[in-house]
Parts: sequence; structure tokens; C-alpha cells
Amino acid sequence: MPEQWTVTLRIYRQKTNEPSRYDTFTLEVNPDEYILDAIERVWAFHDRSLCFRHACHHSTCGACGMRVNGVEKLTCITTIRSVARPNAVLTIEPLRNFPIISDLVVDMGELYRKMEAVEARAVLPITEAEIEKPPHQWKTEDSQYVRLSDCLECGLCISACPVAATSQPYLGPAPLAAAQDHRLDRRPDLLTLIDSEHGVWRCHSAFECTAVCPSFVDPGRRIMDLRKQTISAKIRHFFGK
Amino acid sequence: MNNQPAPQRLLSWFNPLGRNPGSWAFILNRLTGLGLTMYLFLHLMVLGRLAQGPEAYEEFLALTKSPLIKLGELLVIGAVIYHGLNGLRVVLTSFGLGVRRQVQMFYLSVLLALVGTAIFAFRMFAG
Ligand code: SF4
Ligand code: FES
Repeated sequence: MPEQWTVTLRIYRQKTNEPSRYDTFTLEVNPDEYILDAIERVWAFHDRSLCFRHACHHSTCGACGMRVNGVEKLTCITTIRSVARPNAVLTIEPLRNFPIISDLVVDMGELYRKMEAVEARAVLPITEAEIEKPPHQWKTEDSQYVRLSDCLECGLCISACPVAATSQPYLGPAPLAAAQDHRLDRRPDLLTLIDSEHGVWRCHSAFECTAVCPSFVDPGRRIMDLRKQTISAKIRHFFGK
Repeated sequence: MNNQPAPQRLLSWFNPLGRNPGSWAFILNRLTGLGLTMYLFLHLMVLGRLAQGPEAYEEFLALTKSPLIKLGELLVIGAVIYHGLNGLRVVLTSFGLGVRRQVQMFYLSVLLALVGTAIFAFRMFAG
């Protein structure tokens, strides 16, 4: 018999032109289920008008990002046990810094547009992936193999970033991390955007992006590395190289 | 909830709930920055008193002996040390140095600011 907990989900609700409110639903759950399972159960058995996004259920599509008790989580891989105790109240809210479409669904269009602006790679040669081997250990023929980029475009980093809260045009952690992944020595054409007012220097080092990223992108570290790349590119540029 | 990014949401910068040490450093940096800017204005106003002759200035100096003002001075000292050290942390990490140690560097900055303030407090009150 699996362990049973009673938990209450306090879910943010908002439909177009209506004031927002929180609805509460008390459920019996197995604590090893995921937050998304509990939300789906609310939809299936309590309220069919609840809007939320999901697709893959295994941290690949990046659709199920929400705030759980104020902290950004990918709800399909966040167990109830990891964020709650028996009889707990879990507040579920949409991501911050994106316009709300309905309830827990936000419009992520701005993030996708910025990812396009830096031409973020969905796949990359395995020889260029940071977490594999150091560059000198690869053979030339290995570059035929590709891997998926780590970033799921889930938007958790944008929601957690204090600068993204107050500046709409700021490129933000995921797009800057995607630019770092290109390397400015390979893509000098990105320098103008990265070195612009809304680019890499806009970050104020709160490192929240790295804390919430569910996919080992470590955007905070990548932004800092991109600063180094930017300085090197400008020095090269200065000397006409 | 107005959920879009907007400059008027800057109060959200100061909300530490659910956030991590990196944000605490960011919040403290902003608070000490604002405090020090205010102090600078105050300081300039006080210096302006010099122009009103020695009596006015002496009168003010007497006021600075009050414990409340001394406490304020200690806050300024703590803020200067923290803001300076955190500035170094930000510069180092911006050059890619110690990024993975940024939390420890933050704790060290706070610790050194506390120790520094304590030394000054001892000299001010007991020395
Ligand atoms: S960098 Fe991480 S948190 Fe940000 S969108 Fe990509 S996977 Fe999500
Ligand atoms: S449902 Fe696809 S990442 Fe969570």
C-alpha cells in the first residue's frame, strides 16, 4: 500500500478580464507523485476549467514550469515529497515575468523570440557540448555526433530573474546562455546584440537562474563566461582581428 | 496579477521569499547602495554647515556624540565594507573567477562586514 498524504493545492486562477483569485482543492496523494500529477487530478475530478500546460511529463518539453510556494519548478519532475509535508498547503502560481493567458498558462512568446534572436541551437555537435570531454580528447570524426542542447526553454530562469522583472527588453538568462554556447569567436555577428544595453551587462549577478534551472544549463555561470567572451571579442575587434 | 516585466515592479527586487543567497547578496547590495547614497547627501549637508560659522558646526558636533547617531555611523561602516566587498565579488565573477564559489564569497563579505563593524563598535563605545 503506497504512502498516502492529504495535501491542499491553492491554485492561482485568472481568466481574461476577470479578477484573479485562489481556489483550493484538498487531495489524497502519494507523496512520490509529482506536482503535475496532482494538478491533473484537480482538472480531471474537480474543475475542468483549470488551464495549465504540459506535454512530455519527463522534463523535455519545458511546458510545465510553474511556481510552487513561490519557487520556480518544473512540475513534472518535482515530487510532492520534495516540497511539502503531510497536510501541507501548496500554492501553485504561474511563472512571473510573462503575460498570463489563463490560470497557470503564460505567454512565452517573448522568450522564444529572444531565443531566435540569438539563434539558439536545439542540437549541437557533441564535441562542442560543455559537459562532455575536454576539447583535446575529441577526434575530428566525433563531430558528426550531435546531442540535444540542455536548455528546455522552460522559462523558469526568466521568472526567477530580478532584472527580467523590471526590464522587458533584457535578453535574460536562457537567451544569453544560448549565445554563450555559440561562442562569440565562432559567431562574431552576435556581438552587437550581446554587448548592447539589454545584453550581457544588464545581469546583476543574483544567480537565481542557476538556482532554479532544472536542466544543468547553469545560465549564471554562462552569462559570466559570455562577459569574458565579449571582452575578448572587443579586444580582437580593437586590434582589427 | 500584472505579470509582465515593468519598471514599477522594482519592489519585487527586495522580496527575499523563496530566493537564494545570490539574491540576498543582490538585495543587500541595493539596500546598502541606497543607504550610502543617502548618507552622502547627509554628509554634504553637514559639511555645508561649516559655511554657517563655527557655532553651528560645534552644535552639530555635539549632536554626533548621541548614541543614536553613533549607531547610524556603525551602519554606514557596515554598509561600506559589505558594499565594497560584494563589489569585488561581482567584479571577480564577471571575469569568470570564482563563479562556482559566489555563495561562499557572499557569506565571507557579510562575515568580514560584521567583524569590521564590531571592531569599529568596540573602538567607538569601549575605546
Ligand atoms: S536556462 Fe534552464 S531554466 Fe532557463 S529556460 Fe533553459 S532550461 Fe529553463
Ligand atoms: S511536461 Fe514536459 S517538461 Fe514537464
